[in-house]
Amino acid sequence: METLNNVKVGDTVITVKLHGEGAVKRRIMDMGITKGTSIMVRKVAPLGDPIEVKVRGYELSIRKADAEMVEVEPREGGKL
Amino acid sequence: MDTKIALAGNPNSGKTTLFNALTGSSQYVGNWPGVTVEKKEGRLKGHDDVIIADLPGIYSLSPYTLEEAIARKYLTTEGPDAILNIVDGTNLERNLYLTTQLMELGIPMVVAVNMNDVIDKNGDKIDIVSLSEKLMCPVFSISALNGAGVAEAANAAVKLAKSGKRRIPRHIFKGSVEHAIAHIEEMVLHSVPEDKQRWFAVKLFERDKDIQKQLGLSEEALDHIEQDIKRCTEEMGDDAESIVTAERYAYIDSAVKKCYVRNEREMMTPSDKIDRVITNRWLALPLFAAVMFVVYYISVTTVGTILTDWTNDTLFGKIVVPAAASALEKSGCAAWLQGLLVDGIVSGVGAVLGFVPQMLVLFFFLAFLEDCGYMARIAFIMDRIFRKFGLSGKSFIPMLIGTGCGVPAIMASRTIENEHDRRMTIMTTTFIPCGAKLPIIALIAGALFPGAAWVPSSAYFVGIAAIVCSGVILKKTSMFSGDPAPFVMELPAYHMPAASNILRSMWERGSSFIKKAGTIILLSTVFVWFTSFFGWMDGSFAMLEGDQLDHSILARIGATIAWIFSPLGWGNWKAAVAAITGLVAKENVVGTFGILYGFSEVAEDGSEIWGQLRAAFTPAAAYSFLVFNLLCAPCFAAMGAIRREMNNARWFWFAIAYQTGLAYAAAFCIYQAGSLFAGGSPSAWTAVMAVVILIFFYMLFRRPREED
Repeated sequence: METLNNVKVGDTVITVKLHGEGAVKRRIMDMGITKGTSIMVRKVAPLGDPIEVKVRGYELSIRKADAEMVEVEPREGGKL
Repeated sequence: MDTKIALAGNPNSGKTTLFNALTGSSQYVGNWPGVTVEKKEGRLKGHDDVIIADLPGIYSLSPYTLEEAIARKYLTTEGPDAILNIVDGTNLERNLYLTTQLMELGIPMVVAVNMNDVIDKNGDKIDIVSLSEKLMCPVFSISALNGAGVAEAANAAVKLAKSGKRRIPRHIFKGSVEHAIAHIEEMVLHSVPEDKQRWFAVKLFERDKDIQKQLGLSEEALDHIEQDIKRCTEEMGDDAESIVTAERYAYIDSAVKKCYVRNEREMMTPSDKIDRVITNRWLALPLFAAVMFVVYYISVTTVGTILTDWTNDTLFGKIVVPAAASALEKSGCAAWLQGLLVDGIVSGVGAVLGFVPQMLVLFFFLAFLEDCGYMARIAFIMDRIFRKFGLSGKSFIPMLIGTGCGVPAIMASRTIENEHDRRMTIMTTTFIPCGAKLPIIALIAGALFPGAAWVPSSAYFVGIAAIVCSGVILKKTSMFSGDPAPFVMELPAYHMPAASNILRSMWERGSSFIKKAGTIILLSTVFVWFTSFFGWMDGSFAMLEGDQLDHSILARIGATIAWIFSPLGWGNWKAAVAAITGLVAKENVVGTFGILYGFSEVAEDGSEIWGQLRAAFTPAAAYSFLVFNLLCAPCFAAMGAIRREMNNARWFWFAIAYQTGLAYAAAFCIYQAGSLFAGGSPSAWTAVMAVVILIFFYMLFRRPREED
């Protein structure tokens, strides 16, 4: 299973499913990462965590540990 | 009766700008009851009977974050007459997500699509009419910044609010989900008014614990609901919360597709270009250090200090106090009254106001950094380090400012969103040695450790160690455990902040300090003044001269409580009195020692009394005295700031008790261990020290509490 924390900087992926439960998962969904949403990984913070992604037209920062809850797949025709 | 309109919207949507435009100067700022979140209300310009309540900036009405819980409680229990929902038109999808939830509340609503100036400039188009159809409420295109459309949107909200019409929410989800929701409404919500049914039904479908409790449903009813939820989640192959969120965004996608036309332009926005430098892997940290240096240099080292010194030394020292003294002398009032007014009250007021100019300078920078979008990047850059200690990346600023003065440092914690992080920052910031503690360090280092460079610098290490250990220890206690703060944070687009917003925010924070913290500082200063200037001279109670401190009430108090400090190695009344006067201002410690050892005035580092201190303290006792004064409850001004920012008496006392307790334990262990190393023989205290150290390590390394 591919997860958001492992996506290379610059790549765009599609959200498959969110795992886990509770506040963090709800927050991730509230911020717009739902099934089928495309996510572009913009950069990694200077100290290696968190990461910055572009989703629904805006920038979002998310810790790698939390990004692990987001299962993703390569965009059609794209590579992971 | 006043008409109430709630202003709701995402953070960074221009909500504050709109609120300022709507209410002008008729604002009152307070806190939501019992929490550290700011509450603002104001009267709508041109409508004296309409109150605008500014809700916290939120992304959702989930029950998980404090701000969302507050907004939710306000909307569902206080029942405003209408909602004015501000939506950032340049970030439509995510902003409308909150709108889809507000739509369910059954409260009349007007949506204001903000930033139409930016949208026009980008060449994008938003079809307001079809958006209004989709959202089933009036929609206006506005620019909060230049005021376009603001009055129209506000008037529409007022009209809706006064019409008294309720709004019956409609179905927007997929058939099978709506089916389950309709079932829930039918089954358990028939006694609820029709306009509120959908809100409760959707929340019950999401298995929202707060709503289940609020409705007081029977086990049986909950079982029935559970069956409906199960049927739907099995069909959709996802859990209930995910289904509802995905359905909302699906509805938004359909709305945005219909009414939003994006002009073709290059993918890199100006904000992206700025961020390529600001959060660049290699440049981010040096740039951060440079920004912090500028903020520190101007607000602490140069302009801030000049202003504070001017207020303290010139305005109060040379103008107000002498003028008051001479006026009182001429009027011939009693000496004690003169003393009370001049030394007690006027100096007390001075102690409060002295901090204000420096704070205003700092608040100016903070408001700028927040408004322009850099503050969120600070959290992004520093998160990795600070989250280990239960702090936020934004805690860096209060700690840095704390090296200058604890008062603005505590007030600076306002920029931290998460309440746990904010409380933790408020509690630990004053461990960093502030400017006023430097004379104490100089006194102890000079008197007992001449030539030992490690003593002054160790003060900073003690402060940092206290913060780190407190963070680790407190994070594991029940007070700070609970849901981990999700660090899923928007990095808003950079923009040039409006000067009026910055000045207003600077003034609000400054004046709230004067109003809320002023009382405690003034009263405490008067108390210490009274106890140090009154006492027993030649067998009768009388007012004393400045150098007769050893006959004062304070000296008696010192003598009475000195035993408390004897395990720390300095159980003599002089040291106790010095520590108490340190509560008024830390630099007083040196002056008090001076007076008690027979000098009416001493140099800043107290070099005149070094010899006497050497006779009175062992090195271990002196270092213990130093550590106690560095870590214990800060001065009254900082305590007032803590009280103001905690907005809760229990948390305030907990903070003060924690700081003093930690200071006591640390000073105790240092003295006992120090004496032992210096060749003393072990005593019962040595065993106590061993226990204290063991408890400390247990607290530090124990496993965090399991969530239940």
